[in-house]
Formats: sequence, C-alpha cells, structure tokens
Amino acid sequence: MKEDIKVMNPADSKIPEGPVAEKWTNYKAHQKLVNPANKRRLDIIVVGTGLAGASAASTLAEMGFNVLNFCISDSPRRAHSIAAQGGINAAKNYQNDGDSVYRLFYDTVKGGDYRAREANVYRLAEVSNNIIDQCVAQGVPFAREYGGLLANRSFGGAQVSRTFYAKGQTGQQLLLGAYSSLNRQIQLGKVKSYNRYEMHDVVLVKDENGVERARGIIAKNLVTGKFERFAAHAVVIATGGYGNAYFLSTNAMACNVSAAMACYRKGAYFANPAFVQIHPTCIPVHGDKQSKLTLMSESLRNDGRIWVPKKLEDAVKLQKGQIKGSDIPEADRDYYLERRYPAFGNLVPRDVASRAAKERCDKGFGVNNTGLAVFLDFSEAINRLGLDVVRQRYGNLFDMYEEITDVNPGELARTGSDGINYYNPMMIFPAIHYTMGGIWVDYELQTSVKGLFAIGECNFSDHGANRLGASALMQGLADGYFVLPYTIQNYLSDQITVPHFSTDLPEFDAAEAKCQQAMDRLMGIKGKRSVDSIHKELGHIMWEYVGMARNKEGLEKALVELKRLREEFDKNLFIPGTQEGMNVELDKAFRLNDFITMGELVAYDALSRNESCGGHFREEYQTEEGEAKRDDENCFYVSCWDYAGTDDAAPTLIKEPLHYEAIKVQTRNYKS
Amino acid sequence: MKVNLKVWRQANPQAKGGFVTYTDVETTPDTSFLETLDILNESLIERGEEPVVFDHDCREGICGMCSLYINGHPHGPATGATTCQLYMRRFANGETITVEPWRSAAFPVIKDLMVDRNAFDKIQQAGGYVSFNCGGAQDANALPISKVNADEAMDSASCIGCGACVAACKNGSAMLFVSAKVSQLALLPQGEVEKYRRVRAMVAKMDELGFGNCTNTGACAAECPKNIKLDNIGRMNRHFIAAKCKM
Repeated sequence: MKEDIKVMNPADSKIPEGPVAEKWTNYKAHQKLVNPANKRRLDIIVVGTGLAGASAASTLAEMGFNVLNFCISDSPRRAHSIAAQGGINAAKNYQNDGDSVYRLFYDTVKGGDYRAREANVYRLAEVSNNIIDQCVAQGVPFAREYGGLLANRSFGGAQVSRTFYAKGQTGQQLLLGAYSSLNRQIQLGKVKSYNRYEMHDVVLVKDENGVERARGIIAKNLVTGKFERFAAHAVVIATGGYGNAYFLSTNAMACNVSAAMACYRKGAYFANPAFVQIHPTCIPVHGDKQSKLTLMSESLRNDGRIWVPKKLEDAVKLQKGQIKGSDIPEADRDYYLERRYPAFGNLVPRDVASRAAKERCDKGFGVNNTGLAVFLDFSEAINRLGLDVVRQRYGNLFDMYEEITDVNPGELARTGSDGINYYNPMMIFPAIHYTMGGIWVDYELQTSVKGLFAIGECNFSDHGANRLGASALMQGLADGYFVLPYTIQNYLSDQITVPHFSTDLPEFDAAEAKCQQAMDRLMGIKGKRSVDSIHKELGHIMWEYVGMARNKEGLEKALVELKRLREEFDKNLFIPGTQEGMNVELDKAFRLNDFITMGELVAYDALSRNESCGGHFREEYQTEEGEAKRDDENCFYVSCWDYAGTDDAAPTLIKEPLHYEAIKVQTRNYKS
Repeated sequence: MKVNLKVWRQANPQAKGGFVTYTDVETTPDTSFLETLDILNESLIERGEEPVVFDHDCREGICGMCSLYINGHPHGPATGATTCQLYMRRFANGETITVEPWRSAAFPVIKDLMVDRNAFDKIQQAGGYVSFNCGGAQDANALPISKVNADEAMDSASCIGCGACVAACKNGSAMLFVSAKVSQLALLPQGEVEKYRRVRAMVAKMDELGFGNCTNTGACAAECPKNIKLDNIGRMNRHFIAAKCKM
C-alpha cells in the first residue's frame, strides 16, 4: 500500500459556516436556486428507485425538473428498501420523553462512534420531523393509538421512543408512499421510468473550461441485452450498499455495487468502505445451498431477551440436540447484554450486540449444531403482556420465523417447576446487513465528480462507523425529499444555459464501447465455474478475514486471496447462452466483477484504519473487557479512496479530517 | 431428499414454450423452493445449458418480485406466503413439482418463468396516490385517524403487487390488487378527498389493459400471499358506483 497519504482541503466538504444548529438554515437562505421556467429546461438522471431514489425522482419532478429514473427490477416498488421492517426515527417528541433534534443528532453521532460528519447528522435530525409529516400526507398507514395519534417504539442506541412504524413493514409502506408520488409524476409526464435497466457506466463530458462533468449514463436493457445511452445535466445515483460482496447478507439478490463502482472508476472517491454493519438478529446459516440471510427486526429487542446458557455443559447439549432452549431454567440463563450493559440492556447498538454474540459463541456457548447462534426469548414478555399483545406487535415476524425454521416462538414449551411458562426461543446470529461506507459526498451530496450526486445507502454521509436502527429509512428519505432537491439546484443554477445533451457525443461512443468490451470479455472467458460458485468463495474470504473481527495478518491474507480469486474469475468463469436478449448469468458476472474490487477496497480500508470503531473491529485494538478501542488522535478522519486507474493497483488514501464543534468526542458508554 | 421439477421453458416472448422435466434434483427439507431452483440452475450451468429464468429478489416475502405457479397454486401450496418463503418440507420425497409462470393475457412471458407485470405499474400511475407536493404537509399529528381505520388501511396496504390474484383468477381479474390501493387511500382522510376520481381512473385503466372482470369466486383472496381481504373489492365497487352516479 502507498504510504504517501494525502489530506483533503477542509473546504472541499463544503460545510456551511455558523453553529451546527444553524448551518442548514443558513445554507438554504443563501444557496442559489433555479427558477421554474429554467427547471423545465434541465434534465436529471436518477439511478435507483429505493427510498432515496424514488423520493428524489418524485420531488425533483414536482419541482419542475425533467427526470429519467432507472430501476433494475420490473417495478420501482421492488427496491430493497421495501424489506426494512422496524421503523423510522424522528425527533417529534410525541411521547414527551425528552426527545429533541439535538438528542437525535447526539445519539446518531454517538451511535456512529464519532466518525460521522457533525453538520450532516444535525441536518438529518432536523429534517426527520418533516419526513413523518410528508409520509402521513401520502397516506402511509403508520401505527396509531386509540386516540388517533401516532404510536412510537424504541430502537437500539436510544433511551427515548422515537421510532414510527407500520407493523413490521415500515420500509414497505414508506417505499410504497414514495412509489405513489413517483407514479403521480410518471402520469404527469415529468418522470420517465425505465424498468429492468442496469447502469453500467457514467459518462463524463468536459465543459468549455475543461472541467469534466457527469452528463449521462450507459445502461443495459436487461430484457433486450442491448446498451442504451441517456444524457442529462446531472446524474444522481441511489443504488444502495455493497453488503452482497459477502455473498450471504440480508440484502436482496439484485443488490449490487456496480453503479457505485462505475462512479469510483471515473474519479468519485469511495469513503469508509470498512464500515460494514453486521446485524445481530438474523436467522442463523443452515447450509451451503443457502442464498441469503433473513433479518429478524431489531424491534424484537424491545421485548425479546438475548441469552446463552450459563453452563458450558448446557451449551454442549444444545449443540448436540439433546436438549432445547426452553429446557434450560431461568436461573441457568446468561442474559449477557443485560449483564454487560445494564443501562441499555438488549437495546445496545447493533455493532455492540453483534460482537457480544460472537464473543459468547467463540467461548463455546453457541446454541445450535454449528455453535453459531444465540437465543432471542419472548417468555418474559409473553408472561408479562400475554401472547395476544406480543403477537400483535411481532406476529408477522413470528410467522416468518416459523415458515423458515419450523419453530413457533410464541408456542408454550413447558411450565417449569419454578412456576415460569417457558416459550420456544428464536435462534439468531449476526449477519451482514448494511454498509455505512459508500461514495464520498460533500455537504451538498455531490461526489468528487462535478454533477454526480450520491444519496441514500450508496453514499457514506451520516452514519459514521455504525448506523443506529431505524435511521436508514430516515436518511434515505431525508436525502431524497428534503436535501438533494435543494442542494442540486446550487449546482444546476449555472447550468441553465447548457442545452439538452446529445448522446451522439464521442464521450458516449467511447463509454458504450467500453461497456460492450467488458461484456465481450466476460462471455469470452469460457471457463468452467458458475458465477455463484465464485461469489460464494468471495463471501467466505470476506466473512472470514474482513468480517466481524479483523486483524492485520488476516486482512493481508484477504488481499492475497482476493487477488487469487480475481485471477480465477478472469480465467475460469463460465457464462452459458449469448448476449442476445436476457442473460441473467452475464448480468450476475458483471456484478461479481465489481464485488471483487469492492472486497479489496473494504480490506484496504480495514487494514489502514488502525483502531476499532463501530462496525470496524480490529482485534489488535480492544480494551481488556473486549470493547472497541478508538484512536481519536490518529484516526479522526473519513478515509477517501481514489481509484488508481486500474483494478489491479491499490487505490490512494485521502483523509478528510473531522471537526466536531457541538459534541465532545468521548468513549461510547452503554453500561451506565 | 430428491424431487423432479417439471418446468415451463420459453426462450423469449415470441417463442413457443413447453415443459421440460428435470429429474432427481437433490435438495433438503430446510432448503427453500427458490434455492432448489438455484441448485437445478447450478447443475444446468455445469452441463453448459442455460439456467431457468425466474423473478426473485428479496427472498423474504416482501418485494413481490417472485411469482411461480406451483402445482396449480400461485406461490405454491403454503397459505399466506410467497414462493420465496416456501420450504421443501412442504413437498414429499420423490414428488414431481410442476412450475409455471403466471398465466394471464395482461402478463406476457419474457423468458421461462419470468413475466412482464408492467400493467400493474400503469394502473397505479393512473391514480394510486394522494395528489400533493413534497413540502406542503402539516404536522403528522394534526389530524387524528381512528386506529380501526388506520389498521384496516394498513391491512390493505400490505399488498405486494406480485400478481398472484390475477394468476389465480379464472377471469384474469386484477380487482383485488386495484381495490387494495383504492381501499387504503379511501380509508384515510388524506386520500379520501379524491377517492371518486381515483377509483374511476384506476378501474378504467385496469379495463383498458385487458384484465378480466370479477365474478366473486374469491380465488384471489384465497391465494393471496398477504391475505388481502375480499372486502376490499366490495368497498371498491361501492365507491365506483357512487363515483359513476356523481358523473
């Protein structure tokens, strides 16, 4: 790795002047706007239709811009935001429990282990309340109390109830809300919608001053197999995270990092790739044919208690299948989160809960045949509230769990001699879920390429080293409804005299030719191995060496292994069929090629960040109690990776120093 | 366990399709049905053949991408679950399982088991929304909504737009899908304002796109993976008649 580390000019992040609470107001008061007549003359490409993409596309169109919106699935409604279960945070303080914009801001910065940008997070907390208003106005059926007002629940990392929810399907309802607004704009002709299209490249065109600007994309029509060109005055990518680099994750099968990688290869920095979130409550892996992991919502931790046996011999019996979890009496259970973190208990942030589960399993206390599972138990809640109330809250999750595992967590297993009713517990284990890292953006959500913006999970901006539960929906919608539609105007205001672009420009010719060459190369390998078999191998390397616990030696090994895997891919890949029409394997191979590069990027970043923070845990940097040890003196920065011009060489690290004005940086404490 | 998969193969929308039976596909009771198709596909690729194309994405029953008509039922034998939530323990060892795409004039086959459901988007575009612009909303708690209505709206809003209702219906009707959106928005004060305009526009678009009419058989609700209730169709019909009377 190159050691000549560059430091970014602080001005590049474009954080407005003034106290943190006034920055966004000041920005909006002084930014440049585009008048209605000129908005009609400007085209914007939005790639992606998740919460960020759909909300941005519809809002930009409502404002009067012409929007071209691209979707990899058969309908915008399928985007993976739909799978978010638990809820969305907002600082409404409807529960009168002491919440405020400042507290949501503070909790998010602390939850992110002090590696997020203060100004961005404050803005996020500020607009969180507008999001709830917007969604209710769209007809999103949030849960309500009998008095007719909105209900709330708690999520990890917070001591207030600020999470709004729609059963266990909050992401679905918010996405369908954004989809409805998008549909209205499609009907009005302001959004052109392209379904079953995948972006392969971003096209940069030099302006009269020689400055390269994003002016379009090359997208593949997945049904015809043909490339098509699209031009615009600005390009917004909202294409989600890179969790599928680990093969097994809670992400949907089509989630991929290729659009972000295309931007990275064209000069957009990739920030904090090592910050990957491992969600503590997923259904454990059951076999090598498994295609994905299923999340059990964090909301379950409101009433579910996480435990393993106190006695090692009980754990061994569980692993051998000689006893069941419900056979172990209350006195022999170790509620290790409540024991280690009394103040937050089962509601500690995700990174803390995941590591604690791993610690117990590493010590031999795992509770299933692989030894890689812990219990999530509802006995106490059912005894306290009754099964009906518990089922009302989590019934759909119980059903989902039963369908997959054949075990019903609401079923009474036995009444103990201690008088306690014991119900079947769920088994859970951490799994890759969300990626805090992403394309680097400034305060305006613009990447290091002019005219190219990144929103939602695919940017890095708001979650630092760890995201709190119910904050992904908040960030996606904040970016799409309330931030980007403002900030993009500051860029577009001096583009109003630029006419519509032609896709016949030589830059488009060159970009399309390169995309075609890449397809030809993949088809031409003609080896023996399927895409999935290589992808699974990538997943093993990533989980083993770049997963929940990392160390220098392992990360160096990962880089060697990834290089070997790249060679294997280049030499031994096999894609059946032709490029004519739909070829699912070819499309998967295109994505896998980028996942391998992404895997290397995660490893480079994890190796260079010599500290433990949030989702990034380096075994060399921990306290005696096994807690993450940050190094604020040397690592108080955002790592930005600049592409080296080829996938074979290591990228260059540029550090964006962090500056905190409002919050005192301290060690995270969830114990007291 | 081993199963035989009798799968519809069709190279493209114009090609004539037909069943191909793949025998002795190795799987386990804990493996999902789609993972069993993955296993079949891996073996096809190993033999240099093209894999079976089918729609799927989230694999946790919420995105509505997966379809498949399995042994004569949309989403297979389980009730209240999508194809991706179907596990092999539902089938017998050695069973021959028939797998077809959705069959409906409004959902043409793209390839193998994958169909084009764009017609559903078009119906939503015709009126499945509240007409207002971002930024103009009042405080979320300014307007109390009865919990009963909010819960009922939520039940209707649970529709995942998979198209099982159309596939199940002998008339290829989309009434359950359309009525779920019409109901959700009509039950809430935010959507109530334009409920007549909405129901007219959505029903007109549904008819235009070639979906059949409803004859109250109830197959749609019986097969719906999200248990969307038939009551929604009743509500939509009431609103539709009222809307026609107001014209």
